[in-house]
Amino acid sequence: MANGMTLDRILFYFFAGLAIASGALMVTRKNVVHSAVFLITALLATAGIFLQLQAEFLFAVQIILYVGGIMVLFVFVIMLVNLDVSMRQLPFNKQGWVALLLGVALGAELLVALRGGVGTLGLPPAAGPAAAMGNTEVVSDVLFQSYMLPFEAASILLLVAMIGAVVMAKRRV
Amino acid sequence: MTSYFLDHIWLIPLFPLATAAVMLLVGRRLANAAVSVLCVGSVLVSFVYAVGAFLELVARPAGERLAQTILFEWIPAGAYHTSGGMLDRFVADWGFLLDPLSGVMVLIVTGVGLLIHFYSIGYMGHEGGYYRFFGYMNLFMFSMLTLVLANNILLMFVGWEGVGLCSYLLIGFYFKKKSAADAGKKAFIVNRIGDAGFLLGIFLISATLGTLRFADFHAALVAGQYATGASVMTAIALLLFVGATGKSAQIPLYVWLPDAMEGPTPVSALIHAATMVTAGVYMVVRNNAFYQLAPAAMAVVAVIGALTAIFAATMGLVQTDIKKVLAYSTISQLGYMFLACGVGAFAAGIFHVMTHAFFKALLFLGAGSVIHAMSGEQDMQKMGALAGKIPTTYRTMLIATLAIAGIPPLAGFFSKDEILGKTFEANHVLWLVGWVTAGLTAFYMFRLLFLTFYGTSRVPHDVEHHIHESPATMTVPLMILAALSVVGGWVGIGGRFEHFLDPVIVPMAERPEAASSAGTEYALMAASVLIALAGIALAWQMYLKNTALPAKLAKSWNWLYQLVYHKYYVDEIYDAMFVNRAKDLGLALGSFDANVIDGLGVNGAGWLTRFISTLSMWWDTWIVDGSVRLGARIVWLVSYPVRMMQTGLMQSYMLVIVLGLIGFLGYYFYLWKH
Amino acid sequence: MVPTSNYLFLSLALFTIGVIGVLTRRNVIIILMSIELILNAVNINLVAFSHMLGSVNGQVFAIFVITDAAAEAAVGLGIIIAYFRNRETVLADEMDLLKW
Repeated sequence: MANGMTLDRILFYFFAGLAIASGALMVTRKNVVHSAVFLITALLATAGIFLQLQAEFLFAVQIILYVGGIMVLFVFVIMLVNLDVSMRQLPFNKQGWVALLLGVALGAELLVALRGGVGTLGLPPAAGPAAAMGNTEVVSDVLFQSYMLPFEAASILLLVAMIGAVVMAKRRV
Repeated sequence: MTSYFLDHIWLIPLFPLATAAVMLLVGRRLANAAVSVLCVGSVLVSFVYAVGAFLELVARPAGERLAQTILFEWIPAGAYHTSGGMLDRFVADWGFLLDPLSGVMVLIVTGVGLLIHFYSIGYMGHEGGYYRFFGYMNLFMFSMLTLVLANNILLMFVGWEGVGLCSYLLIGFYFKKKSAADAGKKAFIVNRIGDAGFLLGIFLISATLGTLRFADFHAALVAGQYATGASVMTAIALLLFVGATGKSAQIPLYVWLPDAMEGPTPVSALIHAATMVTAGVYMVVRNNAFYQLAPAAMAVVAVIGALTAIFAATMGLVQTDIKKVLAYSTISQLGYMFLACGVGAFAAGIFHVMTHAFFKALLFLGAGSVIHAMSGEQDMQKMGALAGKIPTTYRTMLIATLAIAGIPPLAGFFSKDEILGKTFEANHVLWLVGWVTAGLTAFYMFRLLFLTFYGTSRVPHDVEHHIHESPATMTVPLMILAALSVVGGWVGIGGRFEHFLDPVIVPMAERPEAASSAGTEYALMAASVLIALAGIALAWQMYLKNTALPAKLAKSWNWLYQLVYHKYYVDEIYDAMFVNRAKDLGLALGSFDANVIDGLGVNGAGWLTRFISTLSMWWDTWIVDGSVRLGARIVWLVSYPVRMMQTGLMQSYMLVIVLGLIGFLGYYFYLWKH
Repeated sequence: MVPTSNYLFLSLALFTIGVIGVLTRRNVIIILMSIELILNAVNINLVAFSHMLGSVNGQVFAIFVITDAAAEAAVGLGIIIAYFRNRETVLADEMDLLKW
């Protein structure tokens, strides 16, 4: 019991720490490629969090889609863009300190808000009914029945985005 | 008995007025002949009417010799209280009155005037401005006739002013000559001073009696409302006399008459000898009611008359210009007339007016004839021995000179003797002055005669060739006047003239002293004749027998000679006392006008306007425009920081979003907490 | 069991880091990557609540978020490439054409 609970916690702290560290590192690297790599690790850590929350489908989607698709795209673009010049530039802009301050303020504010309500949420999750179906089935069930319309809309959105990206990126011939 | 002429006496002044108007409008374009016919003709017609009216008047019984015609009410004004307590409506009408006095005057004016107009045809025939001369002369006739025929004192004053104006116009006839223009101005201005007094007198009469008509004076004063010697009567009498001294050249306002000789000789004859100058005497006699109620005023009149007579006579002794001698002689004779009025012998005064008109006009016209013969020379020192060369002129002037000297049986003797006789009854000292003046008169008049017509010729060579007798147009009037000078005095014999004028003189309480006896009268007559003969003898001695004597006397009594020759420096004194003071006032006012009124007022107003406009401009530029520009500048100033917000950098926009988010969330959490 | 609040704190931290990254970095690509980080934080939040409430709606929502993120990343990167071709820069500081 304690072990299970302790393992949960350990895993949580591990993934959380990894995510936060990666995020922090990502934001502070001068080298863009390094930032991309750190984002990948952050995403992987997030995937781990998903898994721990028993969202297996999302875990898979996160890795395949986010890391395998979006980050690859990012890396492609990083390559296309002139790296050398940007490497020699200052990483942070002029409003850096103010922005840092404001960001911290925002975070502090939300923290205070969360703390205020932490008592109400402290309940451990209900003993999750080991679903007869697997997570994927449940998700697809809801997705294709209740959320059919948003699903179709999302597909059109993707179509539009595809066309847009192609148009934006292609050379003027 | 028809009364056509009596009903139409108002036409008498209108004939010359009509021709004067014609001259004014179209005279330039008329030929001299046409001008002569028109202008002399109108005076002739007036004379005919005057004679007719006079005859009709005489035909009436003595008590009814008064014909009044009122043409229209000239000034009807409001009601007012007189000092006598009467409530009267002020009325001045345009009316004419013919009674014995005005009858005599109108005959003199039209008769002598006609002769002089006729004479002028010849005298002025070669002058420029022929139509202008006759136009002015006719205008003068109109004014003078209005003066003598007026039935109220205000209309008389209108004529009075009119003759003053014509005097100015005619004295300054040769207006291109500065001395002539100055003389005209002098005459008018000096006259004006007298007129001020006259006008005050009219006001006082109106305030006291409430009426201006002569007929009413007579009635009101005979009724005895005012005591003899009342101060208001004295005031009226003296004020009217001030006017008379101006018009009739008495002390102190005589100074214009000698200067008036600048005008053409017919002007001197008509205006300054026969008619205008006698207007003063006529006016005093007309208003004799006031004078008889003011013995103090009569005394003043008499004294001034006597003083003027002797004073002017002394100045006539040494003048060298022929016309100037005659001018001083006129002043002196006018003094006699006022002397007569002053001692109560009003009829004698008018008698002398009549005889003086004859011989003085003759003297002036004769002098004009001499000057004409001498090609314009007026200085007696350049004349002499003209008797043979211009005989008619000489003979008529001799008659006139005898008349003025008072040699019987010529006209002057009768009138002058009448005056001296009445003066003797009043005051012996005044008689003495008058008697001495008679001697002086004889002396200087014969001096004139001897210097001009007798002795050796002192005529310059170039003038001598042109000496010729004047044409008939000039000599015929001379002869007519000479005849009148001889017979004119005979109407006064036996007191007929005096009785004729009786209705005009207000009968007052008899004076205590009785009339003098016949013996005294004859003695006085003899005395007058003797001193006249003595004067003639002295003149003969000095200017014919011993011609070097005048110069010797002048040198040994040089200071006296210079004093008299320069007319006692009266003109210079007047200049210093009055004329220059008036000029100074004029200059002062002029500089006040130029510097203060123009400077402060006009220029000041201009400066003020410009100053205000500058202020207004400042206000407009800085405050009105300024507020507009201020708004724009504020927007401009504010726009700088606001503009900075548009950095174009999306990260700064996001920063602001985050900032807003923080605030928003904070607000909601605050609400949620509480 | 890990209390849900832990996941929320994690989400908060990642969100804050992402916001700081968006506001602070000059390189536009890194800005985009920070946005991805923010979206991920949101996803964690959604899934945590889905787990707590036993409902699968949260996960479905998270799927849509991921879809959106993909589309947006694609278009955004296309824009970056186009801009780079025109202006030779990927620095947000130099993209100030809408400046005053």
